[in-house]
Amino acid sequence: MIYRGKAWKFGADVDTDAIIPARYLNTSDPAELAKHCMEDADPEFPAKVQPGDIIVAGKNFGCGSSREHAPIAIKAAGVSCVIAKSFARIFYRNAFNIGLPIFESPEAAEGIREGDEVAVDAGRGVIQNLTRGEEYRATPVPEFMQQIIAAGGLINYVARRVKSGK
Amino acid sequence: MGMTITEKILAAHAGADRVEPGQLVNVKVDLALGNDITAPVAIREFEKIGVETVWDRDRVVLVPDHFVPNKDIKSAEQALQLKQFARKHNLTYYYEVGRMGIEHCLLPEQGLVGPGDLVIGADSHTCTYGGLGAFSTGVGSTDLAAAMALGETWLKVPESIKFVYRGELPRWVGGKDLILYTIGQIGVDGALYMAMEFTGPVIERLSMDGRLTMANMAVEAGAKNGIVPPDEVTRRYVEGRAKRPYQFYQSDPDAHYARVYDFDVSKLEPQVAFPHLPENARPVSEAGEVTIDQVVIGSCTNGRLEDLRQAASVLRGHKVNDNVRLIVIPGTQQVYMDALREGLVEVFIEAGAAVSTPTCGPCLGGYMGILAKGERCLATTNRNFVGRMGHPESEVYLAGPAVAAASAVLGRIAGPWEVVK
Repeated sequence: MIYRGKAWKFGADVDTDAIIPARYLNTSDPAELAKHCMEDADPEFPAKVQPGDIIVAGKNFGCGSSREHAPIAIKAAGVSCVIAKSFARIFYRNAFNIGLPIFESPEAAEGIREGDEVAVDAGRGVIQNLTRGEEYRATPVPEFMQQIIAAGGLINYVARRVKSGK
Repeated sequence: MGMTITEKILAAHAGADRVEPGQLVNVKVDLALGNDITAPVAIREFEKIGVETVWDRDRVVLVPDHFVPNKDIKSAEQALQLKQFARKHNLTYYYEVGRMGIEHCLLPEQGLVGPGDLVIGADSHTCTYGGLGAFSTGVGSTDLAAAMALGETWLKVPESIKFVYRGELPRWVGGKDLILYTIGQIGVDGALYMAMEFTGPVIERLSMDGRLTMANMAVEAGAKNGIVPPDEVTRRYVEGRAKRPYQFYQSDPDAHYARVYDFDVSKLEPQVAFPHLPENARPVSEAGEVTIDQVVIGSCTNGRLEDLRQAASVLRGHKVNDNVRLIVIPGTQQVYMDALREGLVEVFIEAGAAVSTPTCGPCLGGYMGILAKGERCLATTNRNFVGRMGHPESEVYLAGPAVAAASAVLGRIAGPWEVVK
């Protein structure tokens, strides 16, 4: 799977309140949440993000609340994947569980600039900066989590387990 | 090589003799928790799994607390989903307005969590129960849905960091100050994916309320869990309260820690975390002249009886500053009743405070105390991110109840000794 799009850069410690403020959490409708995605970090983001675009951020992306509305909002806004220096742990789990591809890569988080054209080869864990002709590695995903992705998310994985009686 | 308390609890729930940091384990959960923001998503996902009902109706707990009493129609509909699900699946522990509390104040108080438990909750502050010597951690709604169906979840065994607190805690310094100081030392990702184990003579003398406050904010350092070794303080708290058998685990003397911090806190001052990260902690005497518009005393971090007692001890006989709104939110109905009987509520109202029914409300910018553009709030809550309590250009400062009460009286960030002479 290749994800390709324009990079939007954010700093360190982007919290889930910035990704989707609690004032919008009286709904879990993805389309509604997408309208306010990243609003408190960049009010213009929901209007300017294009399908396929990629969020590139510093350390500890998604820290704070456990709200799954955060990766849901990013996914529904059309963002194809998120690259960060590191991810907060609940966000990391949530992203896999709902099928938002995320890649941990300190070198990509450093090297990519806002507006760069980026292509991510998920299978090989390689991130290409097409604008600058650079290539970065992503931290490999644990095998168990690859199974979750292959199954199409945690719920499908669990549903199969339940069906097979294991 | 020995094991840490966190590793022992995970091993016991994985059915293994031992586990190693980094290992992925499938564990049985003792309790799974959701609230009015996270449970609606979990219920939607649960219904896709294909099971008839939850794995154990005594162990799936739903607490509407974030936007209740319902703040608007959409919130009402979310809360209604919890109620309908609880009725349909005959859940034993669903807490309606008037009987509820802020989930992480309520569950320990009601004896639903105990030492040695493994608890997951779709709320990041689920790590609070580490104060009881339990392993507990926050997850998302989909993880909660899977646990509601299976009674299991998968976890990566975390490395542990040991914090040793020595010396004698000065007056006015408590659990909140210890944890803000600690986060200030290691940063908001200083314990990313790790367990924070709080130990030492100061912790041994710390009340259960103070321990719950410390474990509550482990997530603000990025940790998977915070944990306090259970002892006599723990035993006294859980005896006659715990609804299930519990077990005390202790770290082995030769357990491995990724890092060990040793803090002498004899000269520690009450701490204030400046905007916009909890790691921006500094002693209150170094706060400078910061005027404030609002003070909130409450939340899953500091909404317990000891917190209200401390706030009242500062406020007694004083008035809230003309420029300040003081909002006091007892963590549970029981805390509210106890505060009422002790005369604390009277102290708050005489001082000019608003006293609310239990709710997370303003802590996450939900309702019941939202900030306008440019306003500043000092709160006993847990996060001071941009826009956390309202307008993106408002500010939140974090502190314990004594500093909060003193600041409400003086209209600026202040030490309690400036009010209580």
